[in-house]
Amino acid sequence: MTAMAGHTLIELEHVIKHFPVRHGVFSRARGVVHAVDDVTLSVRKGETLGIVGESGCGKSTTARLMLRLLDPTAGTIRFEGQDISKLSQRRLRPLRKEMQMIFQDPYASLNPRKTVEQIVSQPFAVHRGIKARDVKLRVKRLLETVGLSPEHSSRYPHEFSGGQRQRIGIARALALQPKLIVCDEPVSALDVSVQAQILNLLRSLQVEFDLTYVFISHDLSVMRQICTRIAVMYLGRVVELADSERIFEQPRHPYTAALISAVPRLSVNGDKRERIVLRGDVPSPIDPPSGCVFHPRCPRSRAGRCDTVEPQLEPTPGESSHISACHYPLERWPEDQTELLSPLDRSPDRVVEPGTTRPL
Amino acid sequence: MSEALLDVRGLTVVFPTHEGDVRAVSDLSYTLHRGETLGIVGESGSGKTVSSLALMGLLNLESAHISGEAVFGGQDILSLSSDDMRALRGKDIAMIFQDPFACLHPMHRVGDQIAEAVTAHAKVSEKDAKKRAVELLGAVGIPRANERAQDYPHQFSGGMRQRAMIAMALVHNPSVLIADEPTTALDVTVQAQILELIERVKREFDIGVLLITHDLGVIAETADTVLVMYAGRAMEHGPAREIFTAPQHPYTWGLLRSMPTVELRLTELVAIEGTPPSLVAVPSGCAFHPRCPSRFGPCPTELPAMRPLPGGHLDRCHLPADVKREAGAASLAERRAAR
Repeated sequence: MTAMAGHTLIELEHVIKHFPVRHGVFSRARGVVHAVDDVTLSVRKGETLGIVGESGCGKSTTARLMLRLLDPTAGTIRFEGQDISKLSQRRLRPLRKEMQMIFQDPYASLNPRKTVEQIVSQPFAVHRGIKARDVKLRVKRLLETVGLSPEHSSRYPHEFSGGQRQRIGIARALALQPKLIVCDEPVSALDVSVQAQILNLLRSLQVEFDLTYVFISHDLSVMRQICTRIAVMYLGRVVELADSERIFEQPRHPYTAALISAVPRLSVNGDKRERIVLRGDVPSPIDPPSGCVFHPRCPRSRAGRCDTVEPQLEPTPGESSHISACHYPLERWPEDQTELLSPLDRSPDRVVEPGTTRPL
Repeated sequence: MSEALLDVRGLTVVFPTHEGDVRAVSDLSYTLHRGETLGIVGESGSGKTVSSLALMGLLNLESAHISGEAVFGGQDILSLSSDDMRALRGKDIAMIFQDPFACLHPMHRVGDQIAEAVTAHAKVSEKDAKKRAVELLGAVGIPRANERAQDYPHQFSGGMRQRAMIAMALVHNPSVLIADEPTTALDVTVQAQILELIERVKREFDIGVLLITHDLGVIAETADTVLVMYAGRAMEHGPAREIFTAPQHPYTWGLLRSMPTVELRLTELVAIEGTPPSLVAVPSGCAFHPRCPSRFGPCPTELPAMRPLPGGHLDRCHLPADVKREAGAASLAERRAAR
């Protein structure tokens, strides 16, 4: 798939997005949230680029910047070679139909007072270019495409289950035959038995309509099933980027490895396994740590380097498409795991000694 | 098996509504032992949360009809008066919830809230209660517990709030901890920390844990025994090892097959067709039959009984044992081949 997907559809170059933090009566800026810090990323035609990371890592902000739903503080955003980072809303309008979005919460993203037909035909009303009498037919076809029956078109969103609502959202996103669809946690709110239905639908639509996806999720197991390439973000920065299978089989960045290891597994053998448990939480993006932003939680960090020098994204020797930002990247995986495990006796998590907490 | 802490027999919860009775939980039975983690897994609306709220006496009895029994410490806690239940709740049986932010009062210091939980069930001075709060915050891994006890909930991260909730639950050394989706609102790396903490708490306080979740992965990693629920009923119940190596119920196969895994890219995700049923109109016979690819003759009309299988494992399905054995193995084939 990667071989075919050559051309770049969308490109971010050194993109920065800061949000001011305001306090007090005069709403003076008291600091900035470094939501996205110097991100360079390109999305190739026909691929599914996954952006993965924990809450607050900037994955949604990055996606919203790609769609120019947010204005970048600095940097360049190009869509099919055209610089769109400074385009006015008016000039952006014709481009809007090329890029659509599917949202996480199918309950909040559909207007409860509109019928399915009104929701799905809204894009035609906004962008015109299609005759009114054709709209009905198009809506019917769209509903069939996403696996809903055309009789559903006069119903309201509350009459549908979560999975069906997500299908309505997908139909709306497909309406204008976009080139790019940003899927922001599209299955996170769904039950497991329904998740697979939506993932399968997204997979088949991609083939049918030659779509490019930017897929945002915190769920690595979902990512592995759907993505061609994956960018791992931490505190507003891309820390690793590679083909999906490489990310899972040979991660270089200790954060990527820890993320993968933290995902609970269905150990079909029934064996319990050891996992890398990171200590602490993601630091505040208002005041990111010096040097490598991951160093306070990193089991491999070394004083004098990781806490002072910020690592740059560098290609892996022999595999230039795999880039990571780490001074001491992992060479092997999963053998390296043991090195990453920070056993409790090494960094004790202040545990109760048996018998020390007695009933009052 | 060690001492039985909680013995639930035939628990049924019905909510009468204008549209008919909502049968949230039907005839649920299980036993929780000391030192055991019992994982209850199911999708939304499967009755997993309602069943535990019923045990805790947290359902409004004017709107919920509860029957069956739940024996804890020699008495049926479902028949206790609300005063007696209050004496027990939070003391011998404690519960933590999905959203730790909603469970902490935003305007009181975390330490004070835990101290309040101490004085709710014990006559101790305020000073001793605070000392206990700090001790427990330290025990659940909050650094500089003494200072952090003075913080308000918004100053805590999601993971720390869940730790604080666990500290509060442990105040009176309960024997049962009910954890309802304790990590669903948390990031994966923090989820791993909290699961580890619950495991450690279980060991060190020697308690039984009832872990409720929709995430089979969380269950696979932490539970000793698993109960799979669907439409208010137990579908399969047995040792975790059994459930994950030899699943017997078509619903369990479906769950296992449809679940994306981080371990490999599956050629195909086999979805379960349709959606979970409404609890007002639970399908007749086996509630899963409209979605079940293996349904046959008796499924739409006869409710299968919970039948024991060799290996100490119960399941509710009409299919003959040999068919299930084969299909169960097939449902895991692709994942197993990857190892």
